[in-house]
Amino acid sequence: MHASPSRHRAWRSGLFVAAWGFAAIGSGGAAEDRDTGAVAFINERIASAWAEAELEPSPRATDGEWCRRVHLDLVGRVPTREELRAYLEDRSPAKRDALVSRLLGAEYVEEYARHFTDVWTTILVGRDTTNELVNRPGMRQWLRRVLARNMPYDRFMEELVTATGATTNREGVEGFNGATNFLSGKMEEMGVDNGVQATAKTAQIFLGLQVQCTQCHNHPFNKGKQNQFWELNAFFRQTQALRRREGGDDVRYVELVDSDWAGEGGNPQEAELFYELRNGVLKVAYPVFIDGTEISRSGYLPATMADGTPYGVNRRRELATLIRSSPLFPRAIVNRLWAHFLGSGFTKPVDDLGDHNPPSHPELFGGLADRFQEQGFDLKELMRWIVLSEPYALSSRGTRRNRSDDPSRGEKPAFTRFYLRQLTAEQLYESLLTATEADKTARAEDAAKTKDAWLSQFVVAFGTDEGDESTTFNGSIPQVLMMFNGDLVTRATSLGGGGFLDRIVSSDGTDAARINALYLAALARRPTAQEIKSASALVAARRGNVAEALQDVWWAVLNSNEFILNH
Amino acid sequence: MSLLPPFPAGMSRRHFLSHVAGAAALASPAVDFTNTLLANAPVMRKRRKAAIMLWMGGGPSTIDIWDLKPGAATGGPFKPIPTSADGVQICEHLPLLAKQMHHLAIVRSMSTREADHTRGRYYMHTGYVPNPSVDYPSYGAVIAHELADQAPDLEIPPFVSVGGGSVGPGFLGMTWAPFAVDSNGNVRNLEMGVDKARLERRLAMLNTIESRFIAEQRGGAADDHRRVVEKAVKLVTSPQMDAFQVAKEPREVQERYGTSSFARGCLMARRLVEAGVPFVEVDLGGWDNHAGIFDTLSQRKLPDLDRAMAALVADLAERGMLDDTVIVWMGEFGRTPNINGGGGRDHWARSWSAVVGGGGFRRGLVVGETSADGKEVTSEPFSSQDLMASVLKAMGISLETTFTAKNGRPMKIANSGKVIGELFA
Repeated sequence: MHASPSRHRAWRSGLFVAAWGFAAIGSGGAAEDRDTGAVAFINERIASAWAEAELEPSPRATDGEWCRRVHLDLVGRVPTREELRAYLEDRSPAKRDALVSRLLGAEYVEEYARHFTDVWTTILVGRDTTNELVNRPGMRQWLRRVLARNMPYDRFMEELVTATGATTNREGVEGFNGATNFLSGKMEEMGVDNGVQATAKTAQIFLGLQVQCTQCHNHPFNKGKQNQFWELNAFFRQTQALRRREGGDDVRYVELVDSDWAGEGGNPQEAELFYELRNGVLKVAYPVFIDGTEISRSGYLPATMADGTPYGVNRRRELATLIRSSPLFPRAIVNRLWAHFLGSGFTKPVDDLGDHNPPSHPELFGGLADRFQEQGFDLKELMRWIVLSEPYALSSRGTRRNRSDDPSRGEKPAFTRFYLRQLTAEQLYESLLTATEADKTARAEDAAKTKDAWLSQFVVAFGTDEGDESTTFNGSIPQVLMMFNGDLVTRATSLGGGGFLDRIVSSDGTDAARINALYLAALARRPTAQEIKSASALVAARRGNVAEALQDVWWAVLNSNEFILNH
Repeated sequence: MSLLPPFPAGMSRRHFLSHVAGAAALASPAVDFTNTLLANAPVMRKRRKAAIMLWMGGGPSTIDIWDLKPGAATGGPFKPIPTSADGVQICEHLPLLAKQMHHLAIVRSMSTREADHTRGRYYMHTGYVPNPSVDYPSYGAVIAHELADQAPDLEIPPFVSVGGGSVGPGFLGMTWAPFAVDSNGNVRNLEMGVDKARLERRLAMLNTIESRFIAEQRGGAADDHRRVVEKAVKLVTSPQMDAFQVAKEPREVQERYGTSSFARGCLMARRLVEAGVPFVEVDLGGWDNHAGIFDTLSQRKLPDLDRAMAALVADLAERGMLDDTVIVWMGEFGRTPNINGGGGRDHWARSWSAVVGGGGFRRGLVVGETSADGKEVTSEPFSSQDLMASVLKAMGISLETTFTAKNGRPMKIANSGKVIGELFA
């Protein structure tokens, strides 16, 4: 027999209690314009924090800068020259609102879905393309579909956490469900089905909890915390990722299934797992959520007995329900999206909301999360609020009165200006295609494959069982060399194939107008007098070979800090 | 109209580079002095200090490698063998290294707390546990930064990571970031494809755009980019890139190291150190052996490690480089003395071993000890920062060095770790 774990878990509140005091912010009356209300709420909270810190915000960004950043953040690429022109010419005072509505509306739904499919693919399954248990096209298909219809975020999480079915959409494969790819590669370690990675990633992504760390060493090793990890892990024990093979040993697809589980002790009524303390003592764990809520210990899936009495439980479904009702669930996504748009989350890292890591703006953070929940977990709505807010509208230029506000120096962010950040590899790729007005008619799936192949050059794997990885797409020399000489940039700057540069060269107008076109396409601004002068010097040096001179200008523009940074 | 051909017909890359070298002058006038400095290279080389870190990604089972417990329940099947160092025993599957142990020292009393890969990798590389508000520099960045003056002619990056990603430069900035290459020494996208005059014009135009953007005070990332561009320009025009070409070594040298990618990495590390690179990390992953550990170790990991590391140590010693080149062998942690149900060992940070050698280190000894079952350190325990402080001392880097983090806070080098006294005479 094993010691029964305590049924009273209120004391184990370390992960749960919001020590930073989230104020409950009223949602206002039904008549309230939720948009305006939420944006005003952000602006007011942010401004009062500025006042408190005695900081003054930077002036607003120019129209061109704002147009560029909102395209990069919502559809994952720079604006086309046409989109930029339309926005700059719009004289309406509500033009920002109108552009956001367009980018989040039907017209751009495919680009929006493609961009956030990139973002979520990296979050859910990483950048490693070599895990045979994950079918990236399957993951992407599912994401594109649910993002295109703006599936409410609670449903999105439930589908991922409870998914069953086949990972791969191929002829002869039944029961395709792309959502299974989130967990299919995280169920086993070295041939043991223990769901350790599934536990860690689910907690990290949907609850902002780093259980992997708190399990053993954020603080000196601690029995309670190890309990918590394995009790959360117990929710995944009815689940298996089954390899379906064809012919030889190649995995054709993976099927994620739930089935009755007898537990490691062999008693399905009380299906338990064992884990080992450091001193070698075996302990037992049943499914208990992080807030101490216990569910049935049964290992049986839901069914009814002959007399009609229901029994059993689907542990992952219970987990999804518990996650949905956790106050950390909306906070985790609000923090992630806030960081996506503003370059810094309320906490760093964004997926560590433990009480050892207090947020920069607790009231704003809590209030936004509450509103997001009340609004029905509508992701696009949350994005609207953030991109229409004042901090998102600010210039990235520092002033004398806010220079100290720089999270890259380890300061808590005050959002007095728009923080510079590198384009992601995905944004850079799409932006190069956009800036060079490349043909984008390829099938979405083929396009994604080509892009994946390009992206894979930056992935560095760490050789651990957890599939840890890092990227060389981090502003270091290899990335600069890729921009200098890589295929993609070579193609973008090539002449003679009837591409973008050829069209610019053969267009009507002056050389200055051509240089202008290059700047607008990549940087969403016109060249300065100094830049026109430098570019003209290039043309002169080429003794009239305007095409090659423009090629050199274009190469320089695409290689500039201004192009590869979101500002 | 077409692009110029990459090289005029009959022109070798090296020849081309000698033409383009002038372009680097845009980035740094130092390049003009290259030839003079190269002429003095043998003299310089003697004084240059360097470190080679052999990083065992995944957490190697040091109880099976450097600190065996024959007969204990936790001991596993491997037997210890005597080595060239008096009284020092290591695993039977390291016969070649056993002949080099008089050059090395085993620290058997490492005791840390980070038993998660990501955190352990960071902690062992920086001497600091991960902190949300300060990003600390790793060994490579600290050493490259401190030794920047000793090789002013160095055009290749001073911190090279072979076959892995290492850990970044933290608050020291992207200038000191690891330059990652694969073990074949291939650096992608090195060919500029245009002639010198044209490259110069392109870079001048680029400089106009970058300078304007930097002047607008938008944040450090703008200036960082320019500095990395300058380094990249130096790199593509540098004949020193030859150091990455392991294939240029005589066949018998290559054979001595072995054929694995780790072997090529070790050989490349020696070439890079000869060229003046002060820090090279060579990664050997695959130590995360939660199941079937003994077969994996005896059949794959240890033979790979044995041949390449033994060749590296011997080669450095024979070339007279060992006194100026520190070797550090470690992973993010060790593995559980208890053998699990799958015949594997899990993560274990409380008691494990690291190995050092070369530079100012005493050699041919063991420091510290663990209990009979390997579960406890029974002598004075040492931390990541202690090991780091010792490595820096062995390289002649002052432990009084203080950095200023971006938030203005002073940071003592190696997190104020204390030197492991027994490692020094």
